Amino acid sequence: MIRRLRAWLALLRRCSGDDAYERFVAHRHAVHPGEPLPSRREFWCGEVERKWQGVNRCC
Amino acid sequence: MKRLFWLAVAAVGAYALGGLALHRGESINALWIVVAAVCTYAIGYRFYAAWVAARVLTIDATRATPAERLDNGRDFVPTHRWIVFGHHFAAIAGPGPLIGPTLAAQFGYLPGTLWILVGAVLGGCVQDMTILLLSTRRNGRSIGQMARDELGPIGGIAAITGTIVIMVILIAVLGLVIVNAMKHSPWATSTVFATIPIAVLVGLYMRNWRPGRVLEGSLIGVSLLLFAVIGGGWVNAHPVIREWFDYPGLSLAWFVIAYGWCAAILPVWLLLAPRDYLSTFLKLGTIVLLAIAIVFAQPELKMPAVTQFIDGSGPIFGGKVFPFVFITIACGAVSGFHALVASGTTPKLIGSESDVRLVGYGSMALESFVAIMAMIAATLLDPGVYFAINSAAGIVGATPEAAVATISSWGFPVTVEQMAHLAREMGESTLFGRTGGAPSLAVGMASIFASSFGAHLLAIWYHFAIMFEAVFILTTLDAGTRVGRFMLQDMLGNVWPALGRTSWYPSVLLASTLVVAAWGYFLYIGVIDPNGGVNILWPLFGIANQMLAAIALSVATGIIVKQGKARYAWVTLAPLAWLAVVTTTAAVQKIVSDDPRIGFYAAARDLAAKLAAGTLPPERAAVAPQLIFNQQLDAWLTVFFLLVVWVVIADMLRVCWRAVTGRSVPPSSEAPYVAAREAA
Repeated sequence: MIRRLRAWLALLRRCSGDDAYERFVAHRHAVHPGEPLPSRREFWCGEVERKWQGVNRCC
Repeated sequence: MKRLFWLAVAAVGAYALGGLALHRGESINALWIVVAAVCTYAIGYRFYAAWVAARVLTIDATRATPAERLDNGRDFVPTHRWIVFGHHFAAIAGPGPLIGPTLAAQFGYLPGTLWILVGAVLGGCVQDMTILLLSTRRNGRSIGQMARDELGPIGGIAAITGTIVIMVILIAVLGLVIVNAMKHSPWATSTVFATIPIAVLVGLYMRNWRPGRVLEGSLIGVSLLLFAVIGGGWVNAHPVIREWFDYPGLSLAWFVIAYGWCAAILPVWLLLAPRDYLSTFLKLGTIVLLAIAIVFAQPELKMPAVTQFIDGSGPIFGGKVFPFVFITIACGAVSGFHALVASGTTPKLIGSESDVRLVGYGSMALESFVAIMAMIAATLLDPGVYFAINSAAGIVGATPEAAVATISSWGFPVTVEQMAHLAREMGESTLFGRTGGAPSLAVGMASIFASSFGAHLLAIWYHFAIMFEAVFILTTLDAGTRVGRFMLQDMLGNVWPALGRTSWYPSVLLASTLVVAAWGYFLYIGVIDPNGGVNILWPLFGIANQMLAAIALSVATGIIVKQGKARYAWVTLAPLAWLAVVTTTAAVQKIVSDDPRIGFYAAARDLAAKLAAGTLPPERAAVAPQLIFNQQLDAWLTVFFLLVVWVVIADMLRVCWRAVTGRSVPPSSEAPYVAAREAA
């Protein structure tokens, strides 16, 4: 039961982008290990800026 | 077995569609429309989309997508197909598919419903899927870049200017919708006002207090929003506080303009990004809730299948069913705007080309279903009530007595008491002349929700629906102003490079002011127009949106022909031809028609004659010069749209002709084939 709830929470976090930082850190560890990483807050600020540069909402 | 299943789906769908088309009784159950729609999408997705994907687009699951090749853990990320589907759907589905069908319901439920279904399955879904695949094959390039690369500079410039203009018109009309929903409604106004500090709070939470905790922040925000809906009821009930939130349309328009300007220059994390999270959660939640409620409540549609207004005399907007139903319902059938999203964020998330059908075609089918639900919500109202809410005072008369007399004389009986009772139930002082579609949609949604989940909560459901629409209308307004600002800065940068720096404050202020002034002007005119403004702006928006679709489909057709697949070009050429015919007919009528309810020049002449003869009441005479100028400006804008569409089509035909006859064409900008790591 608890495992199933965890899976749902993981899915929800994935869909909403709640786990974006964790995934970014995992990606950097896999591809560029040892390089300095932005903090959670720096990553968030950068991401928000980037996302709203182009058209991502419609009529 | 599978074949039997699909045969059954086809048979049930055909039966439901036939039942809809042939039904001529008192009322018909909404389930007929739901069943017809679901079967149509299922057949379209299973057969047509699969065929287009395999033969025309030659989708290749062994080919690495940009998300895989350029994976950077940020924007290029291979993502599970259902998650991309959710993101893409949340991006394309805005207020458009809710408002268009509500307005088009003046023709009856049948014309709009048929266009939503046929337009989506053969046009809109195909456009979205094709552009998504083409952009995915080009590392996520935008439609404007693709137009420039594949057709030439003319197509590129047309796409970019078209986008800016459509953005301005879209924001103005959405602003007008929200102003009309808040006009003299303390409950709606206080709730909508409350959404702003709530969004700021969530923004601070997600950036400073718990960085990146999207779920927590959204949960807090959505709870506060629901509380704001209930709190609005208290405000409305309080004799003193309610006065603080009781404004006429013009004050609210100035508020929306000031708000839009602030939102455009404030950092995104403070207002735009957090409110977008809230609006996405609300949007998905409400759509699911509405679908459940419709199936549960099975409302009867009271609007006739076809009304007498197909002859062009409709009170909500003038013009015959052809071409105006195809202009009024853009989002939900074919929306050119989607091409911007399908060539923006989404292609960078596609993990495998085989996901393109689900994400491109599937999301649009779902948006089309949202439009169907809006059509149901509009047509389940008594037609008399529907017309009383949606008709402007300038058309049916300024007093309730005059309005009900006019509307009843059309054969849609309604009484002053009935409207007063409805307004009381919804917690409003009046529902007469609440044009724009949002209030009537909210009444429809409230009655569906209330009959499924608690009849005593009508007023709360009504204001929930208004808040839900307002939240994402404001998101589109902010986001659109920002995008317009970036594009304008990009263009100004060609003139004076310093203006092109998106972080240089004077340039930010200048470009934001210009964009806000542009849509603010149309919003202002819409508010002072006694005929409601929506009747002018919505067709203009529809024409602009279909124009963008024509540009996107031209780019797609050009690429298909250049790839040597001219025999399949009809897949995009047929919807393009239809849109070209519809947009051109509508645009020409808007320019040259002698009927002042349709033609812009005719309206300007009519008003000028009345002004000269001195037959206008003083308050209308005061604004008449501005309205006359605006009608002329709208006519020129329509001429511009027509020119842009035909220039792009001609450019596409030129490139196709050169390709077919073996002459040189711009080279393909497709990224070279790289094998996917794990071929599906």
